Amino acid sequence: MKIAITCVSNSLESKLDQRFGRCSYFAIYDTETRGIEFLPNPNKEAQEGAGPASVQLVASRNVKKIISGEFGIKIKTLLDSLKIQMIVLKQPEKTITEVINMLNN
Amino acid sequence: MSPRPFKLRKISNPPVISGLKPYGKKAGSEPVQSIFLNLEEYEAIRLCDFEMLNHIQASLIMNVSRPTLTRIYSRARQKIAEALVLGKQIIIEGGKIYFDSDWYTCNTCGCNFNNPEKQEEIKACPLCSGTDFKNFEPYKNRIEDTNRRCSEVCLCTSCGHESPHQLGQPCREEICPECGSKMVRKETENF
Repeated sequence: MKIAITCVSNSLESKLDQRFGRCSYFAIYDTETRGIEFLPNPNKEAQEGAGPASVQLVASRNVKKIISGEFGIKIKTLLDSLKIQMIVLKQPEKTITEVINMLNN
Repeated sequence: MSPRPFKLRKISNPPVISGLKPYGKKAGSEPVQSIFLNLEEYEAIRLCDFEMLNHIQASLIMNVSRPTLTRIYSRARQKIAEALVLGKQIIIEGGKIYFDSDWYTCNTCGCNFNNPEKQEEIKACPLCSGTDFKNFEPYKNRIEDTNRRCSEVCLCTSCGHESPHQLGQPCREEICPECGSKMVRKETENF
C-alpha cells in the first residue's frame, strides 16, 4: 500500500509540510517494498486549484492514504470519491523518518 | 435571559443536487417562485422517507431529540407540499448543521483521520496502529477558541509593558500602569 506524506524538502530528515495542495514535495512511501519516492509538487505556486491538481498527482500513483497538516475545502469530497484516507497530523516538527517509523510500528 | 443554544444537526452526506425546478408551467403566468429547504429538513426526509427509519432512529442519527426531529420533518413535508401544489422551485441550502464525515482522533499520536470506506469499521489508527482512538468532537475546537481569545495580551507601545487582555474592554482604551500612555492589542500569530 502506498502512502503520501507532504514534506518541505526532498530528504528523509525533512519536516512535515502543514499544507496539502501547496506543499513542496510529496514523499510516496510503499509499505511493502519500504521504498520512498520524492515527488516535487508542480502546483506549489499555483494561483488556484492547487488542491485538486495535487490530488490528481498523488492519485495517479495509486496512493491509499495521505498524511498532511491540513486539507483544503475542495479536497474532502474528491478524496472521498477516490476512497483515499486523510490523516491530519498537526505536528510540524515531525520528520519523514519519524512518521515512517510510526507507520511501521 | 438568552434562549437555549441551538443544537447542531448532524448530516451524513450533502445532497447530490442543490435544488429542483418545476417544468411545464403555462405561458404568461407569473415567474417561478422558490422555496428554501434547509439541509436538516432534507436529511429528515431522506432518513424518514427514503431510508424508511422511524423518528426515534432518525433523531439518533441526526443527534437531536425525537420531538425536534418530528418538527423538522413536518416542516420539510410542508415545504415540499407547498412547492408541489404552488409549482415553486426547491432550493436546498442553509440550516444549522455539521457533516458527519466519520472523523476520528487518535489519543496515542494525536492525529485525526477519516474513514473513506463507510462500510468497514476502523480497528486501529492508520498512523501508529494504536487502538486508543475516539470520534472527533467538533465542539472541542470551539472551547479551545474561547480559551485562546481569553489569552490575548495588551501591549504598551512606548514602554513595552504587557498585561492580560480583559474581554469586552478595548485595548486602546486601556492606560499603561507603568508610563500612562495608551495601549494596543499585541499582535499574535492567532490573527
